[in-house]
Amino acid sequence: MIETFFFLLFAVMAAVGAVMMIGSRNPVASLMYLVLAFFALSGIFVLLDAHFLAAVQVIVYTGAILVLFLFVIMLLNLGHREEVDVRGLAARLVALVAGAGLFAFVGALVTRGGRATIAGDAGRQMVEALLASRGAVGAVAEPLFTSYLVPFEVTSLLLLVAIVGAIVLARRRAP
Amino acid sequence: MNLDIETGSLALSAFLFAVGAAGVLVRRNAIIMFMCVELMLNAVNLTLVVFSRSLGFEAQVLVFFVMAVAAAEAAVGLAIIIAIFRHYELVDVDRFNLLRW
Repeated sequence: MIETFFFLLFAVMAAVGAVMMIGSRNPVASLMYLVLAFFALSGIFVLLDAHFLAAVQVIVYTGAILVLFLFVIMLLNLGHREEVDVRGLAARLVALVAGAGLFAFVGALVTRGGRATIAGDAGRQMVEALLASRGAVGAVAEPLFTSYLVPFEVTSLLLLVAIVGAIVLARRRAP
Repeated sequence: MNLDIETGSLALSAFLFAVGAAGVLVRRNAIIMFMCVELMLNAVNLTLVVFSRSLGFEAQVLVFFVMAVAAAEAAVGLAIIIAIFRHYELVDVDRFNLLRW
């Protein structure tokens, strides 16, 4: 029962944060609503037994990526721009229709396919046994460092390329 | 009880994805469009976490990769925004026309 209460709490926080993010004029306020939504998502990860990912969500997403966004907003001095950057009525209607259609489509697809998938108890018992035997970190680390070792190393290469690319792109050209 | 939370999470992830897509359509500030893309990536992550409970923990490894790719994408994208801002002094995507002829 208490799980349902916290799920509803976090779901409402995430939904409100997301809607306020696209609605608020100030980019800094927008970013703070996104932080709220991501914190709520990390709470939902905890409710879904993904403890390691909940920690990574707070540390990497909220702590690093969103702070990077905040640095860029600060660097470009956009925080007090009063000029509205929301598009006009036609684009809002298009966005509303597209968003509602996407929600209906993806929601129907995912919940219908998902109900068939998550109904099975065998897989869940296997996951609970895995969590009990390896712990939250070991259960993710074991496949990551065995069957997904090559993608893991390629990801490190990707991050290196991204670092070099970001420096090259944002560097001030010599006059 | 568990089924409720999982189905609700799937519905929430669909909602967040739709809100992110609508945000990309409705805003003109390039940084906020990037933030909407991050929201869509997180909605997908939530779906993967829900399915990882019944289909195995490999889905959470995939979430891990999505986060790494999102970090790389944010770094390069923000660097591009800074480079464009140096040139045009604005971040409004309607007024960038350097690839338009």
